[in-house]
Amino acid sequence: MTDRTMLKERFVKWVLITFALSSLLFLFLIFVFILAEGLPLFLKVGLKKIIFGFKWAPTKGYFGIFPMIVSSFLVTFGALVIGAPLGLSCAIYLSEYSGKKTKMFLKPALELLAGIPSVVYGFLGVIYIVPLVRNYLGGSGFSLISTSLILGVMILPTIISISFDAITTVPKTYREASAAMGATKWQTIYKVILPSAKSGILASFILGMGRAIGETMAVIMIAGNALKIPTSILDPLRTLTGNIALELAYATGDHRLGLFSTGIVLMVIIMALNYLANFGIKRKPAK
Amino acid sequence: METKITASNLNLSFGDTHVLKDVTIDVYKNTITGFMGPSGSGKSSLISIINRMIDFENNVRIEGDVLIDGKSILDGSSNPIELRRRVGTVFAVPIPLPRSIFENIAYGPRLKGISDRTSLHHIVEDSLKKAFLWDEVKDRLNTSALKLSGGQQQRLCLARTLALKPEIILLDEPCSGLDPISTAKIEDALSELKSDYTIILVSNNTKQIARISDFSAFFYLGTLIEYNTTDKVFTAPVEKRTEDYIQGKFG
Repeated sequence: MTDRTMLKERFVKWVLITFALSSLLFLFLIFVFILAEGLPLFLKVGLKKIIFGFKWAPTKGYFGIFPMIVSSFLVTFGALVIGAPLGLSCAIYLSEYSGKKTKMFLKPALELLAGIPSVVYGFLGVIYIVPLVRNYLGGSGFSLISTSLILGVMILPTIISISFDAITTVPKTYREASAAMGATKWQTIYKVILPSAKSGILASFILGMGRAIGETMAVIMIAGNALKIPTSILDPLRTLTGNIALELAYATGDHRLGLFSTGIVLMVIIMALNYLANFGIKRKPAK
Repeated sequence: METKITASNLNLSFGDTHVLKDVTIDVYKNTITGFMGPSGSGKSSLISIINRMIDFENNVRIEGDVLIDGKSILDGSSNPIELRRRVGTVFAVPIPLPRSIFENIAYGPRLKGISDRTSLHHIVEDSLKKAFLWDEVKDRLNTSALKLSGGQQQRLCLARTLALKPEIILLDEPCSGLDPISTAKIEDALSELKSDYTIILVSNNTKQIARISDFSAFFYLGTLIEYNTTDKVFTAPVEKRTEDYIQGKFG
């Protein structure tokens, strides 16, 4: 190699490293920024009063976000109840049963599902799901169940694509060994493939949860945003994300800091979920 | 001698490749029949028709018929799941399932609906003993099968097949990746098993075929060249190509 090409190679390498590190830097800055804004309130009001406090009246000095934490987990759990069985079934069908043509049609269609903006989901929810719930189940329709339903559909692409990958990476030889012992297709799926793909499938559920708990736009539009812990699936609720989005525009002073505290709690939850999911993905198929 | 498996005018093609050409052969009950031949001779393909694993391949065309106990296994009324419980297979590469030793062997019986713990224990012990593996693993039946050595894994796969209580055992180059000691153990097991089963052993290793099989079939490029008792095939082969192959002039 000539000196010139060597120099060029090195230049390209450094440019790429700089850009790669800058994205890390953004992450780091977001982290520092949110912590710097939110932590002082934790120190002033107290961790316990914020996380386990029931009353959110930031202009009067109450920063309890416990109902929102519970609500966030409830809608996420609801989304999982709807999305997990649907998504897993779809992944199994795609990898084990569908023909080449069906797969060629279904995979891009599912990817499209992931590309639909969340405001569109919210819109559909307000127009169709909310009245449906109101007319047939009661309440205002802006409720836990409506939100869970929409979120359940929104997390499908995540669950399907990651479960699908986990299932297709189960070695073909396992399928053959199982078939050679007289297993039917479903017996092989149920007894060999799913257990081998277990950690990947769990990871897909957890990442789906992360997606659901972080979703904001669709949730604000359908959840009703009431400040209490829902006691039935027809009750309205307010999530952590919704709280920030709804109030940030006019919040000042401690109120604004309170929203950052909400952000910290949300971030910790999502980071924990991602950590769990990575843990699941990295583990090789059960040994 | 009673005929167990019959292939008559069997032809197999993958797309445009003609893999088996007009193969007609009778395999006898309670014997070990060795299938030998260089790679591409069609011996493994014949096996995959007998256990219907060929169903998992695309673009397959089969003509002719294969009968077990006089009944076709290829016509519409034959159920491949049922068939594979009668025809056990041990593959070239041992493929233990990612579960315990016990569960690997109990897998087949469980599929058949046996769930009673004592019966399963009995089957597992019996199968492991027949595969000459019991003494090595009896104290660690609950450890993962993936922790066993290659030779042990292959005997586990044999035991797993025996647990199905099959009538026929197909072994597709079962010793190709094993050391001589493990190979000897498998061969010992097979020699004892033939009184209860009909065994087909596919092997590239002519010495192995000569050692343990009663009948030998030599395949070349999809054609059955010679088939006779192992004694005859190895001491007085009729075909020049058989003789050359056995002597290692090609392979």
